[in-house]
Amino acid sequence: MGVAVIGASMTKFGQRDAWIRELLSQAGEECLVDAGVAPDDVEHLYVSNMASGEFEGQTGVMNALAHDLGVLPAYSERVDQTSSSGGAGIYEAWQSVASGASDMTLLVGGEKMTHKTTGQATDIIASITHPDEYKHGVTLPSFAGMTARHYLERFDAPRESLARVAVKNHKNGVDNPKAQFQKEITMEKALESPIIADPLRLYDFCPITDGSAALMFTTEERAKEITDEYALVSGVGGATDTHVVHERDDPTIMGGVVESSEQAYEMAGLGPDDLDVAELHDMFTILEFLQLEGIGVAEQGTAWEMAMDGATAKDGDLPINTSGGLKSKGHPLGASGVAQGVEIYEQLVGEAGPRQVEADTALACNVGGFGNCVITTIMEAAE
Amino acid sequence: MTLVAGICPNGHVSYPTHPRCPECGEPQEGTLDLADRTGEVVTWTHSTATPPGVREPNTLAIVEFDITDVADASDEFVRALGQVTTDEVETGDTVEPVYTEELRDPEAGIKVPESQDWDGYRWKPV
Repeated sequence: MGVAVIGASMTKFGQRDAWIRELLSQAGEECLVDAGVAPDDVEHLYVSNMASGEFEGQTGVMNALAHDLGVLPAYSERVDQTSSSGGAGIYEAWQSVASGASDMTLLVGGEKMTHKTTGQATDIIASITHPDEYKHGVTLPSFAGMTARHYLERFDAPRESLARVAVKNHKNGVDNPKAQFQKEITMEKALESPIIADPLRLYDFCPITDGSAALMFTTEERAKEITDEYALVSGVGGATDTHVVHERDDPTIMGGVVESSEQAYEMAGLGPDDLDVAELHDMFTILEFLQLEGIGVAEQGTAWEMAMDGATAKDGDLPINTSGGLKSKGHPLGASGVAQGVEIYEQLVGEAGPRQVEADTALACNVGGFGNCVITTIMEAAE
Repeated sequence: MTLVAGICPNGHVSYPTHPRCPECGEPQEGTLDLADRTGEVVTWTHSTATPPGVREPNTLAIVEFDITDVADASDEFVRALGQVTTDEVETGDTVEPVYTEELRDPEAGIKVPESQDWDGYRWKPV
């Protein structure tokens, strides 16, 4: 059964006064309105959220949101797949409609993080690691630093190529009113910012963010009855890599990205050459390279060249992260994968405003942990 | 004290150990102590934004141990992650494991202190 997306919304990302329940209900309510769907039409509700219990002490967010949005007695479920909870929510929502279990599924992703110190937030995220990693004080940024060093040394890539990712995504974010930072940065600023996990510096990392995003899924048949503007979920794949990061055969290959994108391409009957635009999980600048290579757009060890020659810029061959990416839009963990879906949906239905590019086929790759769990989604514009 | 890797009947080696071999799914019944070996630094970082209870900066390295001399092993090397004893380290350096009773303050982070061990090995350049 064909699965369509008929509505999308997201709150402003950034430092927000609202707590998790309010963030989720704001995006959820806006999505109901955008899709033109009444609350009692919603049959399944998925809430992508990594750690509301750890961050805020609020658990059971799917039940809270179902009640607050008036979608009772819809089936509700919280989806946690760490940073890829949002992508996993897309997978669950697609499954619910494709299987016939639900005719109308609302997906809302959200996270409230900024009330914690950077150290506390980093520790909550680092708790996903194996105990033999965690006890050494490893953090996700430190994995990025070690991987970036290995990549630059092995493939003789210039340090500037990583800074170009940050500069590009900040430039794209200027046109996104929902982004945490609507501010361009210079190469000098990126290359001279404080070291966080060398060779990576402050501007190689996404910020800590509060925010929420939502998507409405239904059958293609019902979508046609409701609206002229919808996108089809033509491919979705999910895969898991090692829990212990150093156990991977090749530190520069994200197996979950490779596997999940192969599944999504196969389902859609498409390949990397068919993509018009993509949202990649640039939690760290180096991840944009590893994902471009993992989804088959670039050969191993060459994606840095795309950053250097502008191929991934908004006016390049394959625009990457027109939303500003996690880098400038922000990264409220459970919301990020949903927000990627919001961006590619808006690109496909022509609602991306000043960020609009010409696109009939779009991909989103949402990475959990350091590539530990990955979801790749392909959407196509309705004919 | 030991730095224990696991070996499965097919000779696949991993650190840390797992109930089943990540490579082939066989029970990982054998062990290999890496504590008396030296390894080579594959990559490293100085982590400056460290969580509560972790030293700052925290120099970390992924180290590769050559195990071609181990008769039961079909893998040629096994990798491990750990703190480095010094901030001065380079890719390709040879290091030896040095035991430490407490790698970070177990009371300061989000995890329940009793839920895991906090001792382990740091890498010391030789």
